[in-house]
Amino acid sequence: MTLTCKHDEIGAPKASRRDALRLIGAAAVGSTFATLRIQPLSASPAEMRTALERITDGKPVTAGRVKLEIPPLVENGNTVPITVTVESAMTAADHVRAIHVVTEKNPQPNVISCRLGPRAGRAMVSTRCRLSDTQNVIALAEMSDGSFWSDSVSVIITLGACLEDLI
Amino acid sequence: MARALINIPPKAKRGEIITIRTLISHHMETGFRYTTTGTQIPRDIITTFVATYNGEEIFRADLFPAIAANPFITFTTVATESGTIALSWSGDNGFAATEQVQITVE
Repeated sequence: MTLTCKHDEIGAPKASRRDALRLIGAAAVGSTFATLRIQPLSASPAEMRTALERITDGKPVTAGRVKLEIPPLVENGNTVPITVTVESAMTAADHVRAIHVVTEKNPQPNVISCRLGPRAGRAMVSTRCRLSDTQNVIALAEMSDGSFWSDSVSVIITLGACLEDLI
Repeated sequence: MARALINIPPKAKRGEIITIRTLISHHMETGFRYTTTGTQIPRDIITTFVATYNGEEIFRADLFPAIAANPFITFTTVATESGTIALSWSGDNGFAATEQVQITVE
């Protein structure tokens, strides 16, 4: 009994090493095919956080001062009107330097990055975007003093972009 | 040349905040779509939009594939003096378009 156990103990790691090598090989081939064939349908919230960090350079973001207007229920995710307004005096001393919009689950988190200055008169940007899924959309404003402010809106999408019929 | 629709008031009072609305025809192919045979459709989007007022940059936007087809951008500026507002779009595959609009400031 002890002998078989010992034998098993000696034999087991060998077998698992071989299996492990086989698995690694299969995984390498599999992943090559996976990267060739499959695109991620959506990015993860973690990717959005990375995108946000790239914009803010690790500076803290406070909720407020920014207003993101977006319909809460969207039928067609291919054209979603969005408007971002920021409370700011827009003077040379105190103005909005940039406005960014990022999404949580789109294949690429960034939507738009605008640079503006005191000559804008009012901190307002409006555009139309694509949304792939029901998700949170975040608007971020960078002030002239270097602080970041944000607003987040949860949007329900009935028909997402990127899922339309193939050509 | 891509067709562009631009809405800028032709006349404004000095110091007035005017709204500039722009729309340009472009299909904004995301690069995330596939044909029925499984080949990926390459990305073809407008990446940059710049607005200048008498040569001075007043607004700039970096666009990503998440912008809908026929990009529509609205922004504001202060009417400082009479002159030209130039809008230019540039993007993948050498796409470039420029439009100029005259504005009279009283």
